[in-house]
Amino acid sequence: MAPKEPGIKETRILLRHAGVPDLHKLATYESYGGYATQKRAYTELEIDWMVDQLEESGLRGRGGAGFPMGKKVSFLPHGDEAKYLCCNADESEPGAFKDRELMQRNPHQLIEGIAIASLAGDIGHAFIFIRGEYDKQGDILDEAVAEAYAAGYLGKNILGSGHDLELVVHRGAGAYICGEETALLDALEGKRGNPRLKPPFPAVQGLYGGPTLINNVETLSNVPHVIANGADWFKSFGTEQSPGTKVVSISGCVKRPGNYEVELGVKLRDLIFGLAGGPLDGHEIKAFYPGGSSSPVLEPKDLDLPYSFESMAEAGSMLGSGSIIVADDSVSIPHLALRTARFYHHESCGKCTPCREGTNWTVKMLERVVRGEATPMDLDIISSVQKNIIGHCLCVLGDSMAMPVSAMVNKFRKEFEEVIAAAAVSEFPTLVGRPIPVGTQEAAGH
Amino acid sequence: MDRYTPLEDFVGLDLPVDQANTTGRDQLGEPEQIPELSDVNCPDELRQLIEALMDRYPDKDSREGHKSASIPALWAVQRQYGWCTPEGIRQAAAVMKVTPAYLESVASFYDLLRLEPSGKSQVLVCTNISCWMRGGDELLDAFCEASGADRGKAGHGGALSADGEVMVSGFECLGACDLAPMVSVNERYFGPLEAADAKTVIDQLREGADVLPGKSLAKRPLPGGEDVPADDRTDSLKGPNQ
Ligand SMILES: Cc1cc2nc3c(=O)[nH]c(=O)nc-3n(C[C@H](O)[C@H](O)[C@H](O)COP(=O)(O)O)c2cc1C
Ligand code: SF4
Ligand code: FES
Repeated sequence: MAPKEPGIKETRILLRHAGVPDLHKLATYESYGGYATQKRAYTELEIDWMVDQLEESGLRGRGGAGFPMGKKVSFLPHGDEAKYLCCNADESEPGAFKDRELMQRNPHQLIEGIAIASLAGDIGHAFIFIRGEYDKQGDILDEAVAEAYAAGYLGKNILGSGHDLELVVHRGAGAYICGEETALLDALEGKRGNPRLKPPFPAVQGLYGGPTLINNVETLSNVPHVIANGADWFKSFGTEQSPGTKVVSISGCVKRPGNYEVELGVKLRDLIFGLAGGPLDGHEIKAFYPGGSSSPVLEPKDLDLPYSFESMAEAGSMLGSGSIIVADDSVSIPHLALRTARFYHHESCGKCTPCREGTNWTVKMLERVVRGEATPMDLDIISSVQKNIIGHCLCVLGDSMAMPVSAMVNKFRKEFEEVIAAAAVSEFPTLVGRPIPVGTQEAAGH
Repeated sequence: MDRYTPLEDFVGLDLPVDQANTTGRDQLGEPEQIPELSDVNCPDELRQLIEALMDRYPDKDSREGHKSASIPALWAVQRQYGWCTPEGIRQAAAVMKVTPAYLESVASFYDLLRLEPSGKSQVLVCTNISCWMRGGDELLDAFCEASGADRGKAGHGGALSADGEVMVSGFECLGACDLAPMVSVNERYFGPLEAADAKTVIDQLREGADVLPGKSLAKRPLPGGEDVPADDRTDSLKGPNQ
């Protein structure tokens, strides 16, 4: 008999009515209360009150770092210099696909969020930086933005408030690093997407040198709800340090992969087993990334932890973008480590040495491991390379490889050693990374 | 003291000096110029499109130029010619008043901007973590076999099918791991696929038919059902999605 699935249901705020076929059309969105909050914000509400509510709500960034959104808004200077908002819709981290769902099904919710956040931050130019691969979603956004302009929710003197807002949908062209906020700014300025040194932080000096608010799609989609219902209502969802709901992308070796919106703080087991249906028949969970491919992997013993920013950090990992990737017992962890490292190696922009060289050497060493040409000592070298990457790079892409790879080597060291040992009996390993056929060792100088 | 005075006891090796290595610029040629619009034969609709794109960005009047439209302009070139051809890049450069080398350096950074001919159709097969665990590598094998594309090259930047019509490329996570293993065919997503689907897709592309209509992302419902009962707190929702 199959084990009973724990009872859990989704708590949908952002994805409520997401199944309505025409929700991406302005008229349908309005018929469900859409843009009413923007109208209030632009005609009645006090700006300071809105900034307060955003801060008070504790809404944390949904793009990876979990920084409080309201704080970022309050960091923006108050002068009359041109300020910018960039919505980060680059969503390229392996395992993440929630922004795709939010933009495809409910683009106006995002536009309304951008309009309200822009008013709160006194911002006149906003951009949605969407990854180029999301062509369909880009088309949907283009149409939605055009509708919003036509209806007077964007453009000059919006709703008679005197506030202007231009919103441009800017498509990227395939580079994970452009999701990093300062690389995104360079890409928007029409350059190669290389991260910038921080500080100055974008809130002080960002796009075109002006103060810039950068937030994820899901973060901004929450804004109309916080403003419409108030911070206290928002805080009635989730945990004290992780208020609200989260759209969680679950994929990998599970029966029902997909996006589920839940209150933060639900048990991981409920998410993975209850909603996503648990592992495929005849298999067991071996490890999982709780927050996208850059988060250190957790093990089945961690399944009873609550899914919140603080609890994932306590467990030595992170909630990140809220993407759970499940690996079952059919997956070889050394191969998984290699697959992960290859991605970051490919995506490293090459600007700083620990990341450019570290990802390269990690891939090479892991290739030796899976080819059976490594020695157990190599595992220590792999770990030490990761230590030399973490904290030594310009942006956190380097760390994003080093953290999961070291977690895998530490937690599954036995499996790495077994892979090496199994291969070592079949072939003669050498340190130069190339098996020498037995009999020619002398010729090779051994 | 002048920092650049040669050391007195330095013994030169008398090797030929490559100017390009010492000045960073080939002394024999002129530095690259911004092409004149009259020299590049840019089709009117492409020029108008790029001008409209440039107009969308607030840097359009800045003195440093208006480079923000670089990526959109390169997209426009690619849509016009199928890939970022050297002539296309020169045309965009002339409209934007930047050097072709600048646009090329931008294009070379991004995986979706193609600097080589890439067929009429493009199939991107995701081989990243979730897709790999569900058979992404095997799916890429199947696409290569069905199209006659070189498997080695397909895994490293893309390879053309035997008839040159379809480009097959292994790709990093496309943001649709719920469809794993999945592919993007001409910028639309399909999944989960089986190896046998590869031949169907290639045949459909050759015939100009609709690709795998039943496996399109557009048709996929939310996994938790389209309607989830509200609780007290979501029931009293104000604002959007009431
Ligand atoms: C390599 C790298 C890739 C990133 N990719 C994304 C991304 O695709 N989407 C995103 O929202 N944030 C991404 N981030 C995080 C952003 O830098 C930034 O923290 C975030 O967009 C801020 O928005 P938030 O506070 O609303 O989360 C990435 C960060 C790094 C270092
Ligand atoms: S850490 Fe990597 S991706 Fe980030 S700036 Fe350095 S080289 Fe580029
Ligand atoms: S791993 Fe294939 S789409 Fe994400």
